[in-house]
Amino acid sequence: MGVAALFFYLFATICVASAFMVIASRNPVHSVLFLILCFFNAAGLFMLTGAEFLALILIVVYVGAVAVLFLFVVMMLDVDFAELRDGFLQYMPIGAVIGIILAVELILVLGGLSFDPEIAARAVQPIPDLAEVSNIQAIGDLLYTKYIFFFQLCGLILLVAMIGAIVLTLSHRPDVRRQNIADQVARDPNDVELRSVKPGEGI
Amino acid sequence: MTFFEQYVAPPLWMVGQSVLLLVVLLVVVAYILYADRKIFAAVQLRRGPNVVGPWGLLQSFADLIKFVLKEPIIPASANKGVFLLAPLVAGVLALSAWAVIPVADGWAVADPNLGLLFVFAISSLEVYGIIMGGWASNSKYPFLASLRSAAQMVSYEVSIGFVIITVLLCVGSLNLTDVVYAQTDGVGTSLGLPVNSFLDWHWLPLFPMFIIFFISAIAETNRPPFDLPEAESELVAGHMTEYSSTPFLLFFLGEFVAITLMCALTVLLFMGGWLPPIDIAPFNWVPGVVWFVLKGMFVFFCMAMVRSIVPRYRYDQLMRLGWKVFLPISLAMVFITAFILMAFDLMPDPEAKRAAFEQAAVVVLKVTA
Repeated sequence: MGVAALFFYLFATICVASAFMVIASRNPVHSVLFLILCFFNAAGLFMLTGAEFLALILIVVYVGAVAVLFLFVVMMLDVDFAELRDGFLQYMPIGAVIGIILAVELILVLGGLSFDPEIAARAVQPIPDLAEVSNIQAIGDLLYTKYIFFFQLCGLILLVAMIGAIVLTLSHRPDVRRQNIADQVARDPNDVELRSVKPGEGI
Repeated sequence: MTFFEQYVAPPLWMVGQSVLLLVVLLVVVAYILYADRKIFAAVQLRRGPNVVGPWGLLQSFADLIKFVLKEPIIPASANKGVFLLAPLVAGVLALSAWAVIPVADGWAVADPNLGLLFVFAISSLEVYGIIMGGWASNSKYPFLASLRSAAQMVSYEVSIGFVIITVLLCVGSLNLTDVVYAQTDGVGTSLGLPVNSFLDWHWLPLFPMFIIFFISAIAETNRPPFDLPEAESELVAGHMTEYSSTPFLLFFLGEFVAITLMCALTVLLFMGGWLPPIDIAPFNWVPGVVWFVLKGMFVFFCMAMVRSIVPRYRYDQLMRLGWKVFLPISLAMVFITAFILMAFDLMPDPEAKRAAFEQAAVVVLKVTA
């Protein structure tokens, strides 16, 4: 237990500290890098609870893809962050209210669990024992068997969002010549006329 | 159990294994670099490195000493912390994925249940070294290179992911040892061959995926013909332009370790890992690790030949290949593979297979005892 607790406090401390640095650091790229550090430590916490699949998926999806795109956008943005920061206090009350609401909700959920441990057992889908079912199997049963229609619906919504994003940004430029690889490959060498061009004369 | 047995000995044992793996890996990388240059030279009818040591065999070590002894230069306008962190990220991430690669039966520093996913996760992070390095250099060429490579690596990760899913469907487990065990019976055995042979490996039933994986691996490691991030005719040295000395060495090392990782992954996924090509007398006397290294070398030779003979892709063609060719093909293959496995009732059972292997190992132990 000692080692696991040690790692828990290590991951948790770095996670909270880097989450704080995300909002505190002056440079937006540093913020994203701290966000990545935060993701990593969250993955470490998942790993400690035995949810190794979730931990690795968190790294693959959030760190490997989403944060790369964040970094990509933030690097290219030319925003005057000092100017943005001037208006920071103006939004402070709204931010504080939302933060407090979130904190209260978290305390209610987690505090309820510690007051009455039976709440966890009464969940719609209780977490199966790690010794019986592996991570992937448990998640697969839920997502692909029990809640398959909801899962497909989520996929459909994402698909619509993706098509929407493409339609909004798609612009056809008629004056640009595009490469048509099928045409190039299908060209018959016998149909090509070879002419010898004398220097300085052209065709 | 004493304190020593519980808390001191296991970490020490693991550190010992890791150090051994690292030393062997770095020596292999040194000679792979040498082989790369020699093959490139041979294709161009040059001699390649031939001065340091017999036939130039010590060239990589001479390069290493040169890099380490040079003065590291940090540009005045660079973001110093990120600038120095980037090569470390590139080097360390590439090395850390090797922790789960089994080079022979049971020869892995760690053999977790989700080994394949771990390797995929780590290899998807390798882009950070390049992005951070390009941004922190605060210079145009590195920045363009990091933008290019971010787009390129994210694109090709998609097809690598689908290839891994197809293999996963045929194996039924994400454990890399199970992936190799699954290749002990396949097409060859179902055709009635009496012994396990190279026809059982995944490259035969999943041939299109094998090709896609090979090409995507080249693109993922930014090797020619997909070395757009460091295309020297366009971007000087890409993300490494501002780097010198040891930080440059770390980038370079990370790149080549990532290449060996991709070779190892190709061997594990498609070429039977440490299994001998034909499981009969002279071949199965050779230790598994030798077969693993030989196969890895073969994959690397193919990569080096591709680098030597194929002209560099244009950036839009690279994106087209990734999104419009590889993505539809690999997605279709995932569906086809799943359909065939379900329709002909071929769903794999990795646990039974592993149990059979462990039983066989026990029998062998008993016989030898």
